[in-house]
Amino acid sequence: MRALAAYLAAAALAALPALADPGDVEKGQKLFQQCKSCHQIGAGATNRSGPHLNGLFGRKAAGLDGFRYSKSFQRAGAGGLEWHAETLDTFLENPRAMTSGTRMSYRGLKNAKDRTHLIAFLRQYSDDPANIPEADPTAQGIDHDLDPAILALVGDPEYGAYLSGECTTCHQAAGGDDGIPSITLWPEDQFVVAMHAYKTKKRNHPVMQMIAGRLGDEEIAALAAYFKDLEN
Amino acid sequence: MTLNRRTFLSTSAVAAATLAAPMVRAQGKPRVVVIGGGAGGATAARYIAKDSKGDIDTTLIEPTRTYYTCFFSNLYLGGFKTIDEIGHSYGGLAAAGVNVLHDWAVGVDRDAKTVTLAGGGTLNYDKLILSPGIDFVDMAVPGWDISAQNAMPHAYKAGSQTELLKAQLKAMPEGGTFAMVAPPNPYRCPPGPYERVSMVAHYLKLNNPTAKIIVADPKPKFSKMALFQEGWNNHYEGMVDWVGEDFGGGNVSVDHAAMTVTIDDEVTKVDVANVIPAMKAGRIADIAGVTDGNWAPVNAADMSSKMDPDVYVLGDASQQGDMPKSGFSANSQAKVCANAVRGALTGSKVFPAKFSNTCWSLIETNDGVKVGATYEATAEKIAKVDGFISQTGESADVRKATYEESEGWYAGITADMFGAKA
Ligand SMILES: Cc1cc2nc3c(=O)[nH]c(=O)nc-3n(C[C@H](O)[C@H](O)[C@H](O)COP(=O)(O)OP(=O)(O)OC[C@H]3O[C@@H](n4cnc5c(N)ncnc54)[C@H](O)[C@@H]3O)c2cc1C
Repeated sequence: MRALAAYLAAAALAALPALADPGDVEKGQKLFQQCKSCHQIGAGATNRSGPHLNGLFGRKAAGLDGFRYSKSFQRAGAGGLEWHAETLDTFLENPRAMTSGTRMSYRGLKNAKDRTHLIAFLRQYSDDPANIPEADPTAQGIDHDLDPAILALVGDPEYGAYLSGECTTCHQAAGGDDGIPSITLWPEDQFVVAMHAYKTKKRNHPVMQMIAGRLGDEEIAALAAYFKDLEN
Repeated sequence: MTLNRRTFLSTSAVAAATLAAPMVRAQGKPRVVVIGGGAGGATAARYIAKDSKGDIDTTLIEPTRTYYTCFFSNLYLGGFKTIDEIGHSYGGLAAAGVNVLHDWAVGVDRDAKTVTLAGGGTLNYDKLILSPGIDFVDMAVPGWDISAQNAMPHAYKAGSQTELLKAQLKAMPEGGTFAMVAPPNPYRCPPGPYERVSMVAHYLKLNNPTAKIIVADPKPKFSKMALFQEGWNNHYEGMVDWVGEDFGGGNVSVDHAAMTVTIDDEVTKVDVANVIPAMKAGRIADIAGVTDGNWAPVNAADMSSKMDPDVYVLGDASQQGDMPKSGFSANSQAKVCANAVRGALTGSKVFPAKFSNTCWSLIETNDGVKVGATYEATAEKIAKVDGFISQTGESADVRKATYEESEGWYAGITADMFGAKA
């Protein structure tokens, strides 16, 4: 009985976000060096080639007035993407998994610990949960990178051609992206990463979560192989 | 003698005609005839011709030269689209290698495997695909039959009917009454009547704000009901009176000479009556003998008729299981069918069936909603796997993005049906 109680207590503790590793702000500041050429943060920060990052936590994607965001970002914002520790963690790991057409050229921070540090640093410039209880918690980075075996799958373009019928009802094979983005000639690895982000619901769009949700790894690979050099 | 492509092309047209070499070759090819050039038929014909790369002789029979999509026809009523924007020609299908015959199919002989045309010709087929859409059940609404469609349009086949309804809407007197008689299940486009109510309300709010809309509905509830009712309250307060089954909405008759609609014995004089009667498979499905009751039962794996393995039925006319009768569904089914037909005729690889559907509806400017699901083929039917629906109370941003998405979808599906616009 006591063992069970202890177990339950431990389980409850494990589920508490308070236990999450808050990251090292100083290490984060060093990591931020690579962001600085485009993003300002802190007193007097303004938009440069990237938007300023003050008050980032709780901000809607593409949420700053006066900054010209990519279509991809605008779509993500309209679809409900907001910046919190978890979404930032996913985004920083591979920006194109979440917003395929972002103008940010940064390839991503693969090390989960490093992301924790960077997020802890960014966290300093948003409302502080200690003062404002409803402000965002600061959570730790989790490693959710795609299994390299999935990325290494070689897709069958003939199968992809058949499966693509499910895509081309909405995404025009000839490209064109009024309202719905083009997926024609999409680089294979980015296609795979984006579909898995929908499948695992890291990326938010109900139709795409539903469609990708029942695509197997082989099917995603086949589609990627087909769309990457679709000729019209 | 042998004729290769070069010598054939350099032969004069007259000589080529007397040699008739292409005819002989064409007759050696497997033949597919598709009846109906709408969401199901146009897609199937295009995919078979395109993917068989000329190895299958594909003929599409469709009487009209311009196909007006029912999808977005409500947006035309609301003033968001012009009639030309929802019209599509068959040039892209011809370019993909489909023989497009503008004629009516009037007979099908499944033993001889032939189709007869109103214009007099007869076509042989190895595989026949029917996608004729819907017709109306006679006397489903007492007082209305097809001869009343000018006084009381259905506008449930797009084109002149839709234009007529719009003209009547425009001609409504100030403070007049627009009545809709909604259809019982199953019918094409479950949210269609309610998107139409929204678009008519949008038009009236701008042009005739004291006008009223009455909907007599034989159903107790309808597709996206909470979303539509929320929208009608928010945007068109007091304008729409929906009379469902519980309030006698199913007990309806009309008099097209007197322009009255009688709901549960209460007679109302109306200015416009949009009567959408109960539906059944397009008549040619009956003529072909592949219907059971109002619809044509099919096998979920390939859309083949349960009555004949060489006949396939797509879209609204088919009775397949859980998919709603929509353009998206018909297009989705057509691609599964095209893959199976090609496999059967040329031995190309046949992949397992997979279906999906999403229906967008516009409630008011930039206020779009959607509902969708994925489906799989089981032994009995096309069965629903997973789905989603827009939520009430969503932000204006989400609704606007949803509407913009529907515009993207429209461009996508029409390109998928007819080939990309040049
Ligand atoms: C108001 C309204 C709004 C809608 N909105 C949407 C929407 O937003 N999204 C959506 O997905 N769906 C929508 N739909 C539904 C959609 O239009 C239909 O489900 C779809 O068109 C069905 O495709 P089909 O191929 O079965 O029939 P159709 O597209 O109707 O095509 C049938 C074709 O067959 C031809 N035909 C019939 N008989 C013969 C014959 N004997 N010989 C030769 N040709 C023949 C007809 O001329 C016609 O062109 C809407 C429908 C309506 C009425």
